[in-house]
Amino acid sequence: MIAFVIRRLFQSVIVMIAVGLIAFTMFRFVGDPVNQIVSIDTPREQRERVRQDLGLDRPVPVQFAAYLVRAAQFDFGMSYQFRQPVRGLIGERMPATLELAGVAAVLALLVGIPMGVFTALRRDSLLASLFMAVSLVGISLPTFLIAILLRYLFSVQLGWLPSYGRGDVVMLAGWSTGLLTASGLKALILPAVTLALFQMTLITRLVRAEMLEVLRTDYIRFARARGLRNRTIHFGHALKNTLVPLITVTGLQLGSLIAFALITEYVFQWPGMGLLFLGAVQNVDIPVMAAYLMLTATIFVGINLVVDLLYAAVDPRLRIAARPA
Amino acid sequence: MSTPDTQRRDGWSARARDNEVLASLLATPMALVSVCVVLAMAGAAALAPWIAPSDPFDPGAVSLIDSLTPPRWVEGGDPRFLLGTDNQGRDLWSAILYGMRVSLIVGLSGVALAAVVGIGLGLVAGFAGGRIDAVIMRIADVQLTFPAILIALLVDGVVHAMVQDSQRETTAMAVLIVSIGLSFWVQYARTVRGSTMVEKNKDYVQAARLMGLSAPAILVRHVLPNVTGPILVILTINIALAVITEATLSFLGVGLPATQPSLGTLIRIGNDFLFSGEWWIVAFPGATLAVFVLALNLCGDWLRDALNPKLR
Repeated sequence: MIAFVIRRLFQSVIVMIAVGLIAFTMFRFVGDPVNQIVSIDTPREQRERVRQDLGLDRPVPVQFAAYLVRAAQFDFGMSYQFRQPVRGLIGERMPATLELAGVAAVLALLVGIPMGVFTALRRDSLLASLFMAVSLVGISLPTFLIAILLRYLFSVQLGWLPSYGRGDVVMLAGWSTGLLTASGLKALILPAVTLALFQMTLITRLVRAEMLEVLRTDYIRFARARGLRNRTIHFGHALKNTLVPLITVTGLQLGSLIAFALITEYVFQWPGMGLLFLGAVQNVDIPVMAAYLMLTATIFVGINLVVDLLYAAVDPRLRIAARPA
Repeated sequence: MSTPDTQRRDGWSARARDNEVLASLLATPMALVSVCVVLAMAGAAALAPWIAPSDPFDPGAVSLIDSLTPPRWVEGGDPRFLLGTDNQGRDLWSAILYGMRVSLIVGLSGVALAAVVGIGLGLVAGFAGGRIDAVIMRIADVQLTFPAILIALLVDGVVHAMVQDSQRETTAMAVLIVSIGLSFWVQYARTVRGSTMVEKNKDYVQAARLMGLSAPAILVRHVLPNVTGPILVILTINIALAVITEATLSFLGVGLPATQPSLGTLIRIGNDFLFSGEWWIVAFPGATLAVFVLALNLCGDWLRDALNPKLR
């Protein structure tokens, strides 16, 4: 088990270095950074001094190492667009994105799992086919269309919910939260539902498929023969065994939740990291782009690692397989 | 492949019955409908210059006086504009036909690029093995940790940083195609690599080697035709994904500009007018996109089942 953990950790570090290399190379694509700082008529000597101050006269591998060291300390330089440290910009917006993604994930699980169980157990009922039809549409509709649709319905037509922004936020130890105010919660509903919808349909379909598979197995038949109650069989035996694939998919989907949050944030003008990144892409703000890339990579790699380790913890067979023969 | 048995019979229906894929299509009404929808929409998009009432790309043909006209059947509608007009006075029906065409061109080229890159790298990785294989597959692993849309955005941002602002309009489509191509290749590479590793040890490959054929020749002429089966399903589903990715990027304002609108650009324009009540600008392109993607997904679902020998 320890060897397995170490090997996965090592792989994660390699991935992070590779992503760091991509982030670092991005800076080289936009030309000489010195030109961004000095004016056109700056004398040569002064340019050289700026170059030395920035450490740009050093060999590229050294610069790369320095960049990695700084990135590891969350120092991503100054934003070209805002003339502020990137760290502060991202720090301000991270709580908004994490709250949105977190609430969406919880929502997707709370609705998706029961729907999956229901559609598997009452396969032929009208409601189950309705759920399945809705989930197919949910998978096919692009996130931004769902966002537009919900916004049109609930804020333009019905006027029940705010159409953009985060509402009032409260600062809690440097973390701005919208979960404690009424307007913050109201503002969260539409973006969170939008974001959760795709994951929800995915979870419903996954749980349904896995449940149907498990319900066919012998041990379920034995459990029935033993006279166990249906509820015990369905939830104690069947659902429990759908958890392994569910953990993997939900874990991996947490990453794409953050990516798709970008679209949701754009439609609802939610002041999160995605909106910041989008602005950076449009304005070629490389430091912000690089920082966002590194940050999401850290989150993805971290999630992948945790999922793999959880997997090994939940499924004993994998632990044995991981042992060197 | 034709066996003597199928050659003896002729006539379209007899051959259709022999062709299991076609037979399953005719037996699944849902699949039949979705294939028809996809073909009809793609056909309409391809024929846009001939069937569209006006050319939305021609600035001389549109007039701002006509802007924001509602659909024909709504009060205030104009008989010239079936689905109304957008903020620049472009006929929405024509804009959708042309936009669909742009979306399809970008989607298909992007997927084609992804398939060529992915199949190429997959063949090389599977055939060569060793260090080359390790490097290619590690790159694939790294990329797989990121959702396609993020990679597409990133490529888009970097390329835009390299080209001048004045060239953005001319390069926008190429940038989109490259972004989509680079974000979708991994699936092909993985699938092809897997099948290539199985195929390369088979007798026919050994025979070709003994005949003295070069590795590229063996790969292209002998291995490639035998590993393309699973690719077909990925292709259909990927076209839907690529169309969505293009639409999303254009919607987010980093895709195609308003002068050469795709469906996503039209939806982006329409989204700005939703609050003032001009719902049609977003509704019709949105519905077109949704129906097309849904139909393509259904086709992909059916194709996966039809080509899966285990389910027969």
